[in-house]
Amino acid sequence: MALLEIADLSQRFGGLQALADFNFRLQEREFVGLIGPNGAGKTTVFNLVSGFYVPTEGEIRFNGASTRGLKPHRVTALGIARTFQNIRLWNDMSVLDNIRLAQHYWLGYSLWDVLARTRRYSETERRVDAQSQEILEIMDLKACAGEFPKNLPYGLQRRVELARALAIKPRLLLLDEPAAGLNSADVDGLIRLVRWIYSEFNISIWMIEHQMQVVMSLCERILVLDFGRIIAEGSPEQIQANPEVIGAYLGDGAV
Amino acid sequence: MQRYTLNILLVLACLGLVLLTWQNMLDSYVLTVLMLMGINIIFASSLNLVNGYMGEFSCGHGGFMCVGAYVGSVLSVICFSSNKILGAALLPPALAPWCFPLILLASGFAAALFGLLVALPSLRTRGDYLAIITIAANYIIISLIENVDVIGGPRGLSGMKRTINAMQDVLDIPWMLIWVIVGTIFSLVLLRRLVTSTRGKGIPAVCQNEVAAEIMGVNTDRVKITAFMFSSALAGVAGALSAHVFGYVNAQAFNILKSTEGLVMVYLGGMASLSGSVLAAVVFTLLVEALRFAIPAMDGLLHAVHLLPADFALSQIWKWVLIPLLLILLMQFRPEGIMGNRELSDVFPRLRRWYTFN
Repeated sequence: MALLEIADLSQRFGGLQALADFNFRLQEREFVGLIGPNGAGKTTVFNLVSGFYVPTEGEIRFNGASTRGLKPHRVTALGIARTFQNIRLWNDMSVLDNIRLAQHYWLGYSLWDVLARTRRYSETERRVDAQSQEILEIMDLKACAGEFPKNLPYGLQRRVELARALAIKPRLLLLDEPAAGLNSADVDGLIRLVRWIYSEFNISIWMIEHQMQVVMSLCERILVLDFGRIIAEGSPEQIQANPEVIGAYLGDGAV
Repeated sequence: MQRYTLNILLVLACLGLVLLTWQNMLDSYVLTVLMLMGINIIFASSLNLVNGYMGEFSCGHGGFMCVGAYVGSVLSVICFSSNKILGAALLPPALAPWCFPLILLASGFAAALFGLLVALPSLRTRGDYLAIITIAANYIIISLIENVDVIGGPRGLSGMKRTINAMQDVLDIPWMLIWVIVGTIFSLVLLRRLVTSTRGKGIPAVCQNEVAAEIMGVNTDRVKITAFMFSSALAGVAGALSAHVFGYVNAQAFNILKSTEGLVMVYLGGMASLSGSVLAAVVFTLLVEALRFAIPAMDGLLHAVHLLPADFALSQIWKWVLIPLLLILLMQFRPEGIMGNRELSDVFPRLRRWYTFN
C-alpha cells in the first residue's frame, strides 16, 4: 500500500482551474520531486495534502485513510509535516520554544492539568523537553536554542524550520522550495542536510523546488506540473530529456 | 531559602495589609483604592491574554466584567439578602464565607460563556473586524442587562453589602480585602501557568503566525476559544469582586470607557507581559485617583490666575479626556509599552534568584 495516494484531485478557485485530475502515489521511503513553472499549482497540491484547502474533487488517502474534512492540525497529527516557501517560524519565541510547540498535537493534557500543574502535566513537559533537546542536538542547533529566529541568518532559519517539521516525527515531509532565497554555498549545505535527513530518519520526502541542481541531485522520481496538470513523470534523467518539460519551461518554440 | 525571598515578602505584605485593616489602622479610602488596584490587575492581565499574547484587539473586555459583576451580585442578593423582587434570603448568613468563593467561580463561569460571543466569531475573522465584534459584544451585554428590570435595569443593583456583613458576622476580619488579594494572586498564577505551558504557548503562536501554528499541529480553534473564555472568566471574577467592594453595580459602569481603561493598562504595561500589566494596573489606579485631586486643584489654580472664565469649571469628566490622551501619547512615543513583550525578570535577570513561581 502506498503511503500517500491521491486520486483524481481537482481544485478550482472561482473560474480558475488550479489543479485537474491529479493522480499520484507516493511509496514509503521515497524521495519525490514536484517541479513546474510558476503558477503551475505546485503549492496548491501541498495545501491540499496538508488539509489547508478542501479539494473540489478527488481524494487524498494517507496510510490508507482519507484525509477529507480533516483540519490541518489533524492531518499533521497523522504524520505529515511541512515547511514553507517563505519561512514561517514563530519569530518572537526562542528556537527551543519553536521546537517544543511542534509537539502540540500529542500533548494530551487538559487545561486543568496546565492550571493545577498535575503530574501528567510535568511528565509530559519533561518528555517534550527531552525530545526538543534531542532534535536540537541532531540538527546541530543547540548553540542557538535561546535565540529568536528573526535574529538568525536565513540559512539557519531554514534549518530551524526543518528541525521543527522533524519534531512532529512525520512519516511524510513536504518541503516547499527549501532552497528559495539561499546562496549557492547554502544550497550545497541544504542538499547535504536534506540527504542526511532522508537517510537518518525513517521518512518519505516530497519536495517542490525550482533549483534543478537540488531536484536532480536529491529526488528519485520527479513529477512535472504545468497549468494544473501532470505533464511528465519519471527519473531525473528521463525528465531532463523530456521534450514536453523543456517546452513548459522554455516555451514551445524552443524545442 | 533565597529562592523564596520575594514569595515570602509578598505573603508578609499581604498579611500586613490584612492586619492593618483588621486593626482599623487603614483609611477606608486607601483600602478601597488598594482593592481597586487588585481588581484592575485582574482586569488588565486577563485582557493581556487576548490583546497581548494572542494579538487580537479586544475592546469589549468591560462587557465580560459586567456579566461577572451582575451574576455575582444577583447570586449574592438571592442567597443572602431579602429583596422585594428577588425574594427572601435563600441561605443562612452563616454560610456566606463558604458560598462567596462559589459565587466568584460562578461569575467567572458565566462570563466565560459570554466570552463565546467573541470566541466563536474569532474562528472566522481576525484583526479590525474582530475588534468591531468585541465592541458590539460589549454593547449587547450592557443593553441586555439594562433591559432586565428584575435586576434593577438602568437603576443598577445593590444589596451585596449584606453578604459581606454576613461574612463579617461569622468572623470579624476584612473579608473583601482578603478575597481581592486571593482573587488577584489566583488570577496571576493561573495566567502564568497557562502562558508558560507548551499548550499555552499555542496562544502566542496564533499571534505570530497562525498558518504555521495550524500546520504544525496546533488546534488554533481550540487555542482561540480557550484564550477568549479564560480571559473573559477572569474579567468576570474581577467584576464580581468590584461589585462587592462597592456594594452597588450598574451596567453603564462597564461600557466602552471601562474597556478603554483596560486597553490603557495593557498598552501602558506592554503586550504579552504579565508583570507589565500588574505594574500598569498599579500605576493607572494611582493616576486615576491622583486626578481626583489634581483636577479640582487645577481648576482652582486656573481660576485664580483668571485663565478660565468664571462660569466654566473643570469637572471630573476631564478624566475621560486625559486617559484616552494618555493612550494617544503612548501609541505615539512608546507603542510597545513599559515592558513590551518582556517580563520584569527579562529586564532584571538577577531577579530570578529571588523568587520561585510555578
